[in-house]
Amino acid sequence: MSLQELVNNLRSFLPPEAVLYETEDLRPYECDGLSAYRQLPLVVVLPRTEEQIVKILKLCYATQTPVVARGAGTGLSGGALPHAQGVLLSLAKLNQIIAIDPLARMAQVQPGVRNLAISEAVAAYGLYYAPDPSSQIACSIGGNVAENSGGVHCLKYGLTVHNILKLRVLTIEGECLEIGGESLDSAGYDLLALMTGSEGMLGIVTEVTVKLIPVPEKAQLVMAAFDDVHKAGNAVANVIGAGIIPAGMEMMDKITIHAVEEFLHAGYDLDAAAILLCESDGSAEEVADEIERIYAIMQQSGATKISTSQNEAERLRFWAGRKAAFPAAGRVSPDYYCMDGTIPRKHLADVLDGIEKLSQEYGLRCMNVFHAGDGNLHPLILYDANQPGELERTEEFGGKILEMCIHAGGTITGEHGVGMEKINQMCTQFRTGELEMFHAVKAAFDPAGLLNPGKAVPTLHRCAELGAMHVHRGEEKFVELPRF
Amino acid sequence: MQAIIDQYKATIRAAAEQKTPLQIRGGGTKDFYGNSVVAQSNTLLDATAYSGIIDYEPTELVITARAGTRLADLEAALNQKGQMLAFEPPHFGAAATLGGCIAAGLSGPRRAAAGSVRDFVLGVRLLNGKGEALSFGGQVMKNVAGYDVSRLMVGAMGTLGMLLEVSLKVLPKPSAEITLLMQMDEAAAIEKMNQWAGKPLPISATCFRSGELFLRLSGAESAVRAAHVKLGGEELSEGEIFWKSIREQTHGFFQSADSLWRLSINPATPPLTLPGEQLIEWNGGLRWLLGDEKLDVVTIRKTAKDAGGHATLFRSNEPGISVFHPLDPGMMRIHCALKEKFDSFGILNPGRLYPEM
Repeated sequence: MSLQELVNNLRSFLPPEAVLYETEDLRPYECDGLSAYRQLPLVVVLPRTEEQIVKILKLCYATQTPVVARGAGTGLSGGALPHAQGVLLSLAKLNQIIAIDPLARMAQVQPGVRNLAISEAVAAYGLYYAPDPSSQIACSIGGNVAENSGGVHCLKYGLTVHNILKLRVLTIEGECLEIGGESLDSAGYDLLALMTGSEGMLGIVTEVTVKLIPVPEKAQLVMAAFDDVHKAGNAVANVIGAGIIPAGMEMMDKITIHAVEEFLHAGYDLDAAAILLCESDGSAEEVADEIERIYAIMQQSGATKISTSQNEAERLRFWAGRKAAFPAAGRVSPDYYCMDGTIPRKHLADVLDGIEKLSQEYGLRCMNVFHAGDGNLHPLILYDANQPGELERTEEFGGKILEMCIHAGGTITGEHGVGMEKINQMCTQFRTGELEMFHAVKAAFDPAGLLNPGKAVPTLHRCAELGAMHVHRGEEKFVELPRF
Repeated sequence: MQAIIDQYKATIRAAAEQKTPLQIRGGGTKDFYGNSVVAQSNTLLDATAYSGIIDYEPTELVITARAGTRLADLEAALNQKGQMLAFEPPHFGAAATLGGCIAAGLSGPRRAAAGSVRDFVLGVRLLNGKGEALSFGGQVMKNVAGYDVSRLMVGAMGTLGMLLEVSLKVLPKPSAEITLLMQMDEAAAIEKMNQWAGKPLPISATCFRSGELFLRLSGAESAVRAAHVKLGGEELSEGEIFWKSIREQTHGFFQSADSLWRLSINPATPPLTLPGEQLIEWNGGLRWLLGDEKLDVVTIRKTAKDAGGHATLFRSNEPGISVFHPLDPGMMRIHCALKEKFDSFGILNPGRLYPEM
């Protein structure tokens, strides 16, 4: 089918402004939050109803046209990178909150609703939606489901997968599946878990029912400075070992502390090698008890300076620096590249040492912010895209960090997804058998491979090629042979 | 230990070759649950030999154990370090294993407050229907590399793979726990439980039965005391025994010869007007129903579906009724496709979940 035929077909059931195909109209959709990867799609569609999406999918299925779903486009792994021969399906216009049930503590929303908009809509009932990815002001709930997004409070409150109850999903054939329920479990296989984090590869989410939880009565924060990263790492283990599950536990390294303090004046100790922010929330009694214990543990763990937030304004000020880490990186460097590995916490100090060595080796600075409670590390590699070769060096540096995470018993992505970005590292994390199983799972939903093709799971061929390249780097044999 | 895995693999490969179904079985404490495994010539695949804790570091909040490990041993190891399986799984007998717990996917009284079995699964190692050992997930809390195959195993009743090893997130035990008892009628209890669940209160379990509402409070001593003052109610001295009797179904309610239905529904659903005795858990989200002859399957399943959930025939003496709630055709197609991908010869517990697969 020619582009014109495809457009005509789409316009037979969509209004003209919902079908974009002129280059200048497509441009805003060429990348998501990972702007290093860009690709114009054939067509962008902006449906407003599930019925329209069914028709789009049926058309794409009939014409074997690839479909890439996109929410708010804030993803950091290129999961919504368009397909050159495909339709980019934007779900942004499905942005209605359909129903709120405060007594049963759930809200039924369309996929384009922003994460924060849910909490705002239910605040009057004393409820909120717990996962809070840093992009929550902009990111959509459909995208959160696709990536299984987390945030700074996941150790205590869980990820997206723990906070959704039900999905309406369209298969590539346009068939509607109701997955999960208003109940706490459902019959058959746990397809709700399988769909969550599947990066738009299995189906198109058209409705999400989320779980709402009570807003805690109180929250308080302990900020502790350490002269040594190892001591800070031990302090995290000591808090957990004492039977405390903090609402949030974040760590920043020296370069991050300096970058944000210069920018925001949050009151961070510039002599510190690491700062820990440890938050307690719950009833007033629970918080008072926990904060006292956390303070004592920080002291025993060798903190050089400890402050406890005395009021809400101070708590938010302590948090402000951590939350401004990314913009601060943008201030101290023309470009930065955000990584997303997870490691068992006990290996934190070793991994940070390793990153420091790589940083020197590649001549690129790296800021480290860390969801310390759940082991999720976000190294921010600072680079300048205008310097020839620097982006390539940055990507290689990033790849090495991810491989280090795997060797430490962790994973290449905690919450940003594999997308396009980490497809090569999937070959390191998984073996052939597991990758084959992933392709089989995909085929159970989408045998023709039309949904978000080429993302999230590498082909075995790609891994074989890459494996060979790794082994033979620098001494590649048979250089005269073509590679494909 | 590798020798045991090799033996499992050989059994699976032989079964695949001869197309003879296998009945994967741990401690056998949940033999009553699910549809019976079809066919006459089933080979029993005893999953208890591959057992033992592989790795447990309390400060990482993660335990990894072999699937044949007894649930009691696992919980004893956690208890020594002041930790627990927060989903409070039922054992239904001393021989219960970790693998059986995951495969059955059942959670106990703490579920509504803390989460379910699948919420705590971080990774699994399994043998698929070709006898290939595969690992999914890992030992870290956040992991979105690849599809979440680990959680797919929870409640799959062994139809997608034979579990070898499981990594679970664990949590500290609360420092204080008390049980309160209040008198009220069913409609009021359902409303109260849901209202309280929407307030920042340390309620960790609820149970309603014939005019009596039981609440368990967990957390710091000061927080539990303060909540008791707010909520009122009489403190029970033997709360732990009571919750164990609910979890293990040794409570008098469950000592009945009638069929036991499990309706998992929207928690705020008003009292169900079905004939038969009921016991309520999970803030109203779980309704146990003793069926008598006046009850028909269609009515029960319709009632559960209309209430946003599903009904399971948990224990029954009557054969011929599908245990799990029937799936819509589209969902069944996906289920069969997944089953085919993991177990292409259809030899792993066929029919245990649904007769079609």
